[in-house]
Amino acid sequence: MTALLTIIVLVFILVAIWQMVKIFDLAQAKNENSQVATDKDNTMNAYLMMGFLAFIYIITIVCFVKWGDLPLMSNSASAHGPTIDNLMIISMVIIFIVQTITQFLLHYFAYKYKGEKGKKALFFADNNKLEAIWTIIPVIVLAGLIIYGLNTWINIMGVDESDDPLVIELYAQQFNWKARYSGADNTLGKANVRLIDIDRANILGLDEADPNAQDDVITTELHLPVGKPVLFKMRSQDVLHSAYMPHFRAQMNCVPGMITQFGFTPTVTTADMRETAQIKEKVKRINDIRVEKSKPLLEKGEDPLEPYDFDYLLLCNKICGKSHYNMQMKIVVETQEEYDAWIKEQKAFKNSLIN
Amino acid sequence: MSAHADTHAHDDDHGHHHKETFVTKYIFSQDHKMIAKQYLITGTIMGVIGVLMSMMFRMQIAWPEEPNVLFEALLGKWAPDGVMDADIYLALVTIHGTIMVFFVLTAGLSGTFSNLLIPLQIGARDMASGFLNMVSYWLFFLSSVIMVISLFVEAGPAAAGWTIYPPLSALPMAQGGSGMGMTLWLVSMAIFIASSLLGSLNYIVTVINLRTKGMSMTRLPLTIWAFFITAVIGVISFPVLLSAALLLIMDRSFGTSFFLSDIFIQGEVLHYQGGSPVLFEHLFWFLGHPEVYIVILPAMGLVSEIMASNSRKPIFGYRAMIASILAIAFLSTIVWGHHMFISGMNPFLGSVFTFTTLLIAIPSAVKAFNWITTLWKGNLQMNPAMLFSIGFVSTFITGGLTGIILGDSALDINVHDTYFVVAHFHLVMGISALYGMFAGIYHWYPKMFGKMLNKNLGYIHFWITAVCAYGVFFPMHFIGMAGLPRRYYTNSNFPLFDDLANVNVIITIFALIGGVVQIIYLYNFFSSIFFGKKATQNPWKSTTLEWTTPVEHMHGNWPGDIPHVHRWAYDYSKPGHDVDFVPQNIPLKDGEEELQH
Repeated sequence: MTALLTIIVLVFILVAIWQMVKIFDLAQAKNENSQVATDKDNTMNAYLMMGFLAFIYIITIVCFVKWGDLPLMSNSASAHGPTIDNLMIISMVIIFIVQTITQFLLHYFAYKYKGEKGKKALFFADNNKLEAIWTIIPVIVLAGLIIYGLNTWINIMGVDESDDPLVIELYAQQFNWKARYSGADNTLGKANVRLIDIDRANILGLDEADPNAQDDVITTELHLPVGKPVLFKMRSQDVLHSAYMPHFRAQMNCVPGMITQFGFTPTVTTADMRETAQIKEKVKRINDIRVEKSKPLLEKGEDPLEPYDFDYLLLCNKICGKSHYNMQMKIVVETQEEYDAWIKEQKAFKNSLIN
Repeated sequence: MSAHADTHAHDDDHGHHHKETFVTKYIFSQDHKMIAKQYLITGTIMGVIGVLMSMMFRMQIAWPEEPNVLFEALLGKWAPDGVMDADIYLALVTIHGTIMVFFVLTAGLSGTFSNLLIPLQIGARDMASGFLNMVSYWLFFLSSVIMVISLFVEAGPAAAGWTIYPPLSALPMAQGGSGMGMTLWLVSMAIFIASSLLGSLNYIVTVINLRTKGMSMTRLPLTIWAFFITAVIGVISFPVLLSAALLLIMDRSFGTSFFLSDIFIQGEVLHYQGGSPVLFEHLFWFLGHPEVYIVILPAMGLVSEIMASNSRKPIFGYRAMIASILAIAFLSTIVWGHHMFISGMNPFLGSVFTFTTLLIAIPSAVKAFNWITTLWKGNLQMNPAMLFSIGFVSTFITGGLTGIILGDSALDINVHDTYFVVAHFHLVMGISALYGMFAGIYHWYPKMFGKMLNKNLGYIHFWITAVCAYGVFFPMHFIGMAGLPRRYYTNSNFPLFDDLANVNVIITIFALIGGVVQIIYLYNFFSSIFFGKKATQNPWKSTTLEWTTPVEHMHGNWPGDIPHVHRWAYDYSKPGHDVDFVPQNIPLKDGEEELQH
């Protein structure tokens, strides 16, 4: 309903504008080129250019102040996270400086050099020195960014097997996630979707004859011990999905027919993250909103929205069908002891089969 | 071809030999000016559909739980009780992308202005092949019709995103839209590509062969350079998409396994073995990335021309502008992998693509600085076309700069496929290219229809659109940086994003205003055809050849001889002349030197 009302109001505004323009047109002198800009038009639009410059600056400031408190800029929860965040901040600062200066020059020139009758523009077609300057400056800045960026990228994507990472499979299907832990041998058993046997509860298609598969553990929640490198092996059984873990600055597509991988080391437990000032404030802000949203629900006699508490999440970030928007898995980062206790409670693959 | 060119060279009385009927004049016309108008009007209709779709899904994002009478009226069974269905949401997003990228900003923009301006600005009677040109338009029309028809199929239109990655697009059981809807999408696109190729070949041949005497390549207006290089990129990259589409059709209908392997869906194992969706991604983006330059280069050409004319100054750094077009065109074909950093592609390959991608920033920066310098010490005539050109540079800078983040593979990990990407490409190629198109329409409307557009409506159109464009896409970067994925039907299953809901409402309100305000433009456009002020021959006092043709259209463009060219296209405010512009067909004065630009 709100939307319809908005549109009706907009249409009325349009009609009003149209009428005003008509009056404006009628008031204008009937010369031959009446639809070509006059000095008056030039002046008016020149001032509007300066107004628009102010608008760009204001919207920039408002966005940064109101929504600039971003998970991307701080409090990453993985070992490589801060390197991405630093690169991001450096890139943002460069962008911010270039944006501020170039938008100023563009709009200020549009204001300053507004057309006047009888004025003649400067015939200025070329200047090799100037052009060399603004070719070389971007080259230097970009060379720096490229070197820094590639360095970061190679460090993140290179998996160091000597760290003895915990190997976990992330398994995607329309529209949920499963995790497969490799068990005591830290080796995932062989698997293929052709081996899926729903009747026997072999839902990920593990090779029942493979000794490595016997101690694998399949779960619907992802638990990670803090400080321990993890190597994820991604698989999908149907369409493309993308395993997106924004708090860990981690993402990799899950591709049917191939195994992709991404490794990182979680550095902050869920419990510790909940205690940080930033997350506390965010949770409070979200809960205020949820209380507000619950009011009309309560009036209708429905259940209110549940209060929110922070959790790390794995989201699907590649369009995968109707319920793409609800394909998620909770991630719990905990101490080694908590993790050991949790994994002990889970059923090993050989015990989970129905015979 | 040479025979054809020959006839053009000496048939000065070429023109009204045979009587034209309504059908040959307005429907199956071979006249490039009429074909340009046909492209523009078809593109406009598709644009209205595309924008309406975006307004609908923006309303869904802002008010996800609310029934909406508009949905009920427009979506029918897809919005039971006025609540939008999740399948149709994805379909709207998909078709919006397809229509805007291909049908509006490729065919509508390049098709219109390449057709209109290439013969007029190089001094040719018509395109090299009027017949191919006509076929090209009608193939485009046919593909538009098929795309629109696909909206009405039983299981819904294509809904796998405009990038139609298989297996989602290949398996009808994965998604309703991957049945008949996807078949029609693929057929429509195959025809579209054929149309685009015919058009591009025609543009290339025309620019190379039919330039008038004196029109050397270094005297060409930048518009023509842009259209020419765009056509070359199109010829290189569109066939690859065609092959991807054909292979996908085979996977879908004939059981081949080019893109599919090891699939278990809805309780059964499919027979596909050995293919890879990553192969499709490579093929798709081999076109898909050059495609964004196919969209933006013509807009750059139009803007360069309009800025020079309205600044009453030569474009700054003419040769650097050409060099940067060439550099962009070359680089555009070797950067496609930056869409695939996290596709499972080898990370080393990702490094290479990061390198080539960030290089594109250099020619782009040169262009932006040259435009800004063109304004410096000018005598700016603030016509609506000029406003849209300045707006183009503004959004191109804002949108282009965030490309430095997305092109950097390390940073892309975390913002890939979030709203950050949506904000980036809408500003840098969506809004910018639309501004370029609007600028072109306001500037060349007198040439197309012999009438003037109302400037005051143009001012209102520009300023409201400009504010809305930033209002929509600037805040969108921030919800992307907060980690919100794109193509989510609703975010209400993620309390994590609850505090971003109000940003989405603000964005949607700007989007609705921005969408509705285009009615002003449509009214201006269509009413001016009939009731607009009559145009003079050269209303903007420009130097290029199209303004030497009579206002009334005629077959063959010039009543007498084709004018010869004696100077480059940017002799604005040249010292030693009384007027502040010297058209290209005016010979050099005694002792006047042609600038070594």
